[in-house]
Amino acid sequence: MAFPAVEFTDLTKVYEMGAERVHALRGVSARFEQGSFWAIMGASGSGKSTLLSILGCLDRPTSGTYRLGGEDVSRLGDDALSDIRLRHLGFVFQSFNLVPQLTVAENIALPLYYQGVPERESAARAAEFAAVVGLEGRLGHRPSQLSGGQQQRAAIARALATDPTVILADEPTGNLDTATSVEIMKLFRSLHERGKTIVMVTHEPDIAGWAERRLVLRDGLVKEAT
Amino acid sequence: MTRRAWAVRAARDVRLGVKNLLLHKLRSLLTTLGLVFGVGSVIAMLAIGEGASAEAIAQIRRLGSRNVLLRAVKPAADQNANSGHARLSVYGLLYEDAARIGETIPGVVRAVPAKQFEQTGRLRGRELEMRIVGTTADWFDLVRRPLVAGRVLTEADEAARAHVAVLTEWGARRLLATEHALGETLTLGGNAYEVVGVVRSEEGDGRGMQAPDARTDAYVPLSTARERHGDVFAKRTQGANVREQVQLHQILVETADEALVEPAARAIERALETFHKKKDYEVAVPLALLRQAQATRRTFSIVLGAIAGISLLVGGIGIMNIMLATVTERTREIGIRRAIGARRSQIVAQFLVEALVLSAAGGAIGIGVGLAIPRLVTLFSGMPTVVRAWSLLLAFGISVGTGVAFGLYPAVRASRLDPIEALRHE
Repeated sequence: MAFPAVEFTDLTKVYEMGAERVHALRGVSARFEQGSFWAIMGASGSGKSTLLSILGCLDRPTSGTYRLGGEDVSRLGDDALSDIRLRHLGFVFQSFNLVPQLTVAENIALPLYYQGVPERESAARAAEFAAVVGLEGRLGHRPSQLSGGQQQRAAIARALATDPTVILADEPTGNLDTATSVEIMKLFRSLHERGKTIVMVTHEPDIAGWAERRLVLRDGLVKEAT
Repeated sequence: MTRRAWAVRAARDVRLGVKNLLLHKLRSLLTTLGLVFGVGSVIAMLAIGEGASAEAIAQIRRLGSRNVLLRAVKPAADQNANSGHARLSVYGLLYEDAARIGETIPGVVRAVPAKQFEQTGRLRGRELEMRIVGTTADWFDLVRRPLVAGRVLTEADEAARAHVAVLTEWGARRLLATEHALGETLTLGGNAYEVVGVVRSEEGDGRGMQAPDARTDAYVPLSTARERHGDVFAKRTQGANVREQVQLHQILVETADEALVEPAARAIERALETFHKKKDYEVAVPLALLRQAQATRRTFSIVLGAIAGISLLVGGIGIMNIMLATVTERTREIGIRRAIGARRSQIVAQFLVEALVLSAAGGAIGIGVGLAIPRLVTLFSGMPTVVRAWSLLLAFGISVGTGVAFGLYPAVRASRLDPIEALRHE
């Protein structure tokens, strides 16, 4: 494989809060190979959320470079970043973030809609990915009719639908009970086994234990990478 | 993207927009009401305005745009002096006036005199209150009314003081039902006339004071009317018997060209001033009235446009208000869509489509309301209304335009949200 899935060098992020300058990231570097499963850890305020926003192309670093699949995306404009998110990234959030008025199938197909995939094809793919996460019987349900675990499965199916380069997960088990958390982590493990690159932010060591590698942040710097 | 793919996608976006709006049926309905009534009232008011002015203009046009109309008017002083007493009042246009105008005023082709009075007409035992018009052959050229049967009055009738009458179709029908009128003997105030012709009656309601014809007219030669009925007429008004001596009630003046109408009217006015001590006449120029009617119609349209603008503005503000609320309510959804990879322009499009669907629905319902109101107005008040196709298109177009204009700001605002912030929104 020619390029690592994710590679960032000396990333810094400075927020201007009035007269005050907050250094969220003070120069972090790492390489996540394709097919790896990383957990990003750290206490609150360590900069892990900021890093995830940058890795997710929702924010741009103040300085440093970020390469996604070999392409430098650290200086792209808003439309180009939207396209990168659409084609190369899949998000899984703590609070699931499904669109409440859409059905499970429609939620899974949402990124395909923005890709311009014809409706019939995207419906077929939504059904396919619903089966991957074990939601084949719930395609017509609304998110409010599902349990938390089921909602998170739907969100994972949505993240998988476009066959992204990297799946970014932000505290994916934060709103789930222990048993359900284990199920979701098993699902992530199986995705990893199928060759997906996964980057997961968590503050729980138990959950981080499911990952293959760890990147620990403290005060905007990399404390350890194992 | 091919045109077909684009159409499929647009159809999908609209369907999605409709679906979102149907989640809040009552709210969507209330939002569109502003535009519904805006569009409805614009169409209805235009229809009523068109109806009124179309009628007025048709009536004026019937009088002829090259004509000047002179009418006898009882002077105000005479009216007061007469109250309660049976006295003879002398006023009106003179036989000489008609001759003088026809011969001396530049641009005048002919001046057609007419004497008009009410009489009971009798025919084979049937009776009808008729308006007798004593006039010359030229009358029928100026008033332009199609002949239904027989002939109109001729110059020979006038010269011979012939005892002949021409009826209007309506009057003939009332007197004779289905029988042939020609050749029958009509008795007017004790004088017998042979019915020689029937002309079509104008389907006006006779409300217009300028109408030189009525449905119950019997036309007789002026010379005959003068000889047999004289110039003195008894009238019963407000319980008092009033006797009036009037030579001519009307003179219809035809000029050679529309450009000559107004100068001729001024010349006639000056001439009449010289020969009449009192102002016992009135000069009306149908062309001027026509122009006035058209100017009024223009003013009306402008005022209407302003009112329409205001009502649609109110409707637009309603749409903007609800779209802003929607954007706030769906901040999180916007964040999700942006995180997944939607561009700003796609977010703008999504909310703009919803505003468009709202305003188009409002416009469509408004057209229904706009078509219904004029019908009800006509049904209950008898006022004529004319709904023009362009008024429907105009109102609908403005409605949709308003929706887009007022939906744009909320849509752009939605697209400018920071996706990270939006995702945190509760």
